[in-house]
Amino acid sequence: MATVGQACLILSLAVCAFGIGASIYGARAGRRDWVAAGRRSVYALALLSTAAFVVLEVAFLTSDFHYQVVATHSSTTTPFFYRFAAAWSSQEGSLLLWIWLLSMWSSLVLFLVRRRMRDVAPYAQAVLLGFGAFFAGLLVFAASPFGVVAVAPTEGTGLNPLLRHPSMMIHPPMLYSGYTLWAVPFAFAIGALIVRRVDAEWIRATRRFALAAWFFLGVGILLGARWSYSELGWGGYWAWDPVENASLLPWLTGTAFLHSIMVQEKRGMLKVWNASLILITGTLAILGTFLVRSGILDSIHAFGASTLGVPFVTLIGAMIVGSLVLVVTRREALRTEHHLDSLLSRESVFLGNNIVLVGLAFVVFWGTFFPLISEAVTGTKAAVGPPWFDQYTVPLALMLVLLSGIGPVIAWRRATWSNVRRGFLWPVVAAAVVVVGLVSFGVATNGAAVIMFALGAFVLSVVAQEIVRGAGARRAMSGDGSLRAAASLFQRNRRRYGGYTVHVGMSVLFIGVAASTAFQNARDVRMVPGQSAKVGGYVVKYVKPTTREVWRGGRLERIALGADLEVRKGGKRVARLHTERGYYPNPAPFATGSLVRGIFEGEATSEVGMKAGLLRDVWTAVQPDPDNLNKVIDGLAARTQGKPAAEQGRAVAGLLDFYRQGAFPSQFRLITSPLVAWIWLGGLIVFAGGLIALWPAPDGARGRVRGRLAARVAQDLGRA
Amino acid sequence: MDPFRKRRIRLVVALTAALLLAGALVYTSFAASSDAVSPSGLLKDKGAPGRSYQLTGKVVNGSVQRGGNSMTFRVRDRNGATSVPVRYTGTVPDPFRDGREVIITVRRQGAVYAGERDTLVTKCPSKFSDKQSTPTPS
Amino acid sequence: MNVLEPLLVIALLGAVVWLISAPLRAGAAAADEAGGAQRADLEAAKETKYGEIREAELDRRTGKLSGNDWREVDRQLRAEAVEILARIDALGDTPSR
Repeated sequence: MATVGQACLILSLAVCAFGIGASIYGARAGRRDWVAAGRRSVYALALLSTAAFVVLEVAFLTSDFHYQVVATHSSTTTPFFYRFAAAWSSQEGSLLLWIWLLSMWSSLVLFLVRRRMRDVAPYAQAVLLGFGAFFAGLLVFAASPFGVVAVAPTEGTGLNPLLRHPSMMIHPPMLYSGYTLWAVPFAFAIGALIVRRVDAEWIRATRRFALAAWFFLGVGILLGARWSYSELGWGGYWAWDPVENASLLPWLTGTAFLHSIMVQEKRGMLKVWNASLILITGTLAILGTFLVRSGILDSIHAFGASTLGVPFVTLIGAMIVGSLVLVVTRREALRTEHHLDSLLSRESVFLGNNIVLVGLAFVVFWGTFFPLISEAVTGTKAAVGPPWFDQYTVPLALMLVLLSGIGPVIAWRRATWSNVRRGFLWPVVAAAVVVVGLVSFGVATNGAAVIMFALGAFVLSVVAQEIVRGAGARRAMSGDGSLRAAASLFQRNRRRYGGYTVHVGMSVLFIGVAASTAFQNARDVRMVPGQSAKVGGYVVKYVKPTTREVWRGGRLERIALGADLEVRKGGKRVARLHTERGYYPNPAPFATGSLVRGIFEGEATSEVGMKAGLLRDVWTAVQPDPDNLNKVIDGLAARTQGKPAAEQGRAVAGLLDFYRQGAFPSQFRLITSPLVAWIWLGGLIVFAGGLIALWPAPDGARGRVRGRLAARVAQDLGRA
Repeated sequence: MDPFRKRRIRLVVALTAALLLAGALVYTSFAASSDAVSPSGLLKDKGAPGRSYQLTGKVVNGSVQRGGNSMTFRVRDRNGATSVPVRYTGTVPDPFRDGREVIITVRRQGAVYAGERDTLVTKCPSKFSDKQSTPTPS
Repeated sequence: MNVLEPLLVIALLGAVVWLISAPLRAGAAAADEAGGAQRADLEAAKETKYGEIREAELDRRTGKLSGNDWREVDRQLRAEAVEILARIDALGDTPSR
């Protein structure tokens, strides 16, 4: 079926090329039929890339090692579930996933606006097909997933064990959905600029897509953080790693965009800014896609240096130059309709929020690309570490949370002092109570953390007050009960109250980040069974070593050396934890005829032992010291050299027995960290808010308003 | 004051503030950064005591020794044999092992280079080396 | 298998060409719905305008627009809504919904 897959890719490229031409010709000549043919090219691209993706997935699921990508990224010992995800662990497969998602979202948006935006849509579909052509071109000429060999190897090299985690199923597709969704508002912005139709129409048509992009990218980022925390043996969730940063950049500028478009919709201001923001965001999304795969920056996510540098840099360069030219030549059309009336207004708070978010993005961008910048300036590659990032991101994050509390309350155009007093009295009191409480309980050892807690209380009470007042207003109109009024408030103003929910979630998340970084206790200790160590008021005892072997399909997938731990606080047992380290034997030494020889030579992964709680996580990870086993391994290897599989298996079992009985010291990392759960909880609230805002408004509400207004408007018409 | 002048002044103030902040950003990034060096670069002319460097290279086969709460290993040039000793305390990433490419922030302390806590990063190879093809027993 | 693959490829090619060329084959007939497109744009604009009127009212009730500001905004929004309705009516007699 590789021929069919390859044919799909070539056809995709042809369809994209035709579609770009048809769309542009149709728009210039005013030929609707050609524009429709261009739109159908997008649908055809979706069809073809779906077919190609299915062909590749079938090859992975059936372990067809004729395909080179399958042989190098999967194996028969790779669990069935992960073979599915192994497809996008390869560069070729991830590019195919990209174009598939892009074609799906593009088809959806073009279908939705098929009877609208007749001027903008043809150019937008040309831009979307342009992205399609770029990725289809890469797949055809540079990185085809359908390369085959005549004689298939009997076994593949397998999915890297580090990637065998349920998150692998969701984390990359979420990030890629986010990246590809940004292409939609990007394309419509380009279209709107080309035809100089820069009212809020293109924003309204694609706002939901921008929101969805923000949503998926956010879910992807948070899943990555969670993955890192629960799976990698270092106990952190964010490390300012270039690839993490690359996904954060479009998320930051995209968040700014989602806020500032409200100013354009309401007041016709900030048009240049909005167009620039979405153009930047789209470019950053492509940059993020590229960085993940490029290896130009040192990262833990180095997927091997890519050969795609030149095409990607060309694309990014073209996007930047094209955007600049469009914005500059259209600056007359982008002239603002109003000016800022007062610094004390909703508009200026939105502007402040945008400046902070773009500032954050700039800091992250600068720090991420600093190795390249410093090499260009001084000739030596130099890097900045997390402390440098924290120095700027902490104050900016504090400002952001503050603004997210002010924004929902303050009036448009010009706020009066009575408006300010009415809106902020109780939230300020709440923040002050939190500060006084923390200081009197002696928790105020970290200034930034205390400020964050106070600001969190401020935002939470602002939103609570908003909901109560909104529900009050609703009750006055409809006479419903309080709860019903609050529910219908959310239902009728999904975007607004979804947004407020996001603010609540972000505050909760930031409280978790502040507490878990400021008040974390971490220790690295070496213990033998029976010993204990203290960390943050807890006593952790190494009870006994454990071992495990996992066989799959008659082959040893991995062995695990672990530890049973007992956690006590004040003499009372709090938890029993188990942490282990899995070793995936290196397949190569099998050739030398001894399984036990290669047992520690392959990849290793950590399994964290954790007691998570709403207030505090106790986190443990073990690093056994296989060096103690070297002598035994030598002996066993000599005895079982070239012997049949059953004997090899017995040698492994013997080795594990030996490890369990000898009381070898192991290295442990023990962490107690407060409020980490709030980060995940806050994330869930954020995404609930995002879903509320994304959900379409109910028809009923629209109908009633239409009825009421129609009467009124008809009356006006009659008079005129 | 007429609104046009007021806006102009606001713009100038905002731009000045932004420029100052950007200047601070640029300055601190150059001041706080650590040069990325290879072991031979570290030995040649750099490696002033007290300065921190971002050492990149490969772990020398068989050089990893664990003892107490810290571990020692040697890091060699990516393509070469020149190596320097490193002492390190902190988390060891899962993919860390002989021959792997690592990045670590170090400062010179006498004859060895002390790694800063938790700065050890091991590049995670996207796949096992597929050059050695893999016949299996049984 | 070897016979099947080229057949599949040809079938795919045919399906794609058929799908894309449909509007070109229909030719000028498709151009008739131009008025429909304008109507859809106006309907969307009308929906948004109604949404804005509702928003402004909620803003006033929760204290984010002063009474004077609201009256001004509301009057302007309603005038714009009237204009949109007039343009929809001008398109012809097909009922909007």
